[in-house]
Amino acid sequence: MQRTTTHEALKAREAHLQQLLLLGLDGDEAAYRQFLTLLGAHLRGFLRRRLQSPEVEDLLQEALLAVHNARHTYRSEQPVTAWVQAIARYKLMDHFRAHARHDALNDPLSDQAELLADEDHQAQQAQRDLAQLLEQLPDKQRLPILHVKLQGLSVEETARRTGLSASAVKVGVHRGLKALAALIGGHR
Amino acid sequence: MKTDELIDMLANQSPAVDRQIVARRFGTAIVIGLLLALLVLLTVFGIRPDIEEVAATPLFWAKLALPATLLAGALLVTTRLARPGVPVGNGWATVATPVVAVWLAAVGLLLSVSANNRWALVFGETWQVCPLNIALLSIPAFACVFWAIRGLAPTRLRLAGAAGGLLAGSLATLVYSLHCPEMSVAFWAVWYVLGMLIPTAVGALLGPRLLRW
Repeated sequence: MQRTTTHEALKAREAHLQQLLLLGLDGDEAAYRQFLTLLGAHLRGFLRRRLQSPEVEDLLQEALLAVHNARHTYRSEQPVTAWVQAIARYKLMDHFRAHARHDALNDPLSDQAELLADEDHQAQQAQRDLAQLLEQLPDKQRLPILHVKLQGLSVEETARRTGLSASAVKVGVHRGLKALAALIGGHR
Repeated sequence: MKTDELIDMLANQSPAVDRQIVARRFGTAIVIGLLLALLVLLTVFGIRPDIEEVAATPLFWAKLALPATLLAGALLVTTRLARPGVPVGNGWATVATPVVAVWLAAVGLLLSVSANNRWALVFGETWQVCPLNIALLSIPAFACVFWAIRGLAPTRLRLAGAAGGLLAGSLATLVYSLHCPEMSVAFWAVWYVLGMLIPTAVGALLGPRLLRW
């Protein structure tokens, strides 16, 4: 494993990621997008060392969705890397278990600094298409995600177009993204 | 969908997140779990008739102390296990300490009496039903606690399930103490602990299935 990065550089990355995440949790969309992009690059490098290349992008998307769905469990006194790595490890173990690759389960993945060791911005094509899985969600979840998250309409506008109440739109987005993660789990 | 598109989708119109959600969810689960356990207690078992006199004795409060401290410990462990990457750390000690304390007190009590009186202090009158009654009372609390954990993101599912089961069990034991006539610490040390172990084991068993996300 390469260890070219110094301790200070890792600390700076951790601090930067945390700052972006905390801003994102307070509703700063641009900071949150930047957080996910940066995290995605780190996670890609992290996953690439453990998976065959066609699986990397699938697991990366799954991990990013999981990070998003679990974002309310982050607390500022915790290192972001410890939190993200626990989520990534959980999804990775789930993946290994489904594919009965017990050899890989022995990988301890214990070094928190490793997540930040390098980054890979080279996105490959995922095998599993989340857009197709999205189609399988019931309307009250699919339509809110389609309008609010993909087309960027406001909650109110979406409520008008779908006939749902504004709170049903918000709940639909929230539950839909969780259901999407569950669909991935069932589709291995 | 490409990863960049997924990131755009996730970030798009992502509202501020409620940071108090963990505390609120577990608070709700415990209050509703307690109320439901009380309801079952009142309809199925009833409160012991001498509750007023017995509530004036320190021994009664010592009896409540075991489930009450375990409840606090199990809550601490469960909320830590319900968040990714949070070590349980000293949480284990908060669970172990009340059990060890009550065992030591039980040994002390048994050593202080003559050998032929010891069995009565351990078995009391109700040992046959006590653990099962506690397990029965823990069912609604179990459902509430698992609802709370499912709203978070546990990554060690078996442990989180066991901790949630213990939380439900200690809550049930606290309520059951209002009915249970036994006043020997040796009885509590065996049968209360056993009663709480039932939902703990069920939680460990069901955790991987119920808590998956």
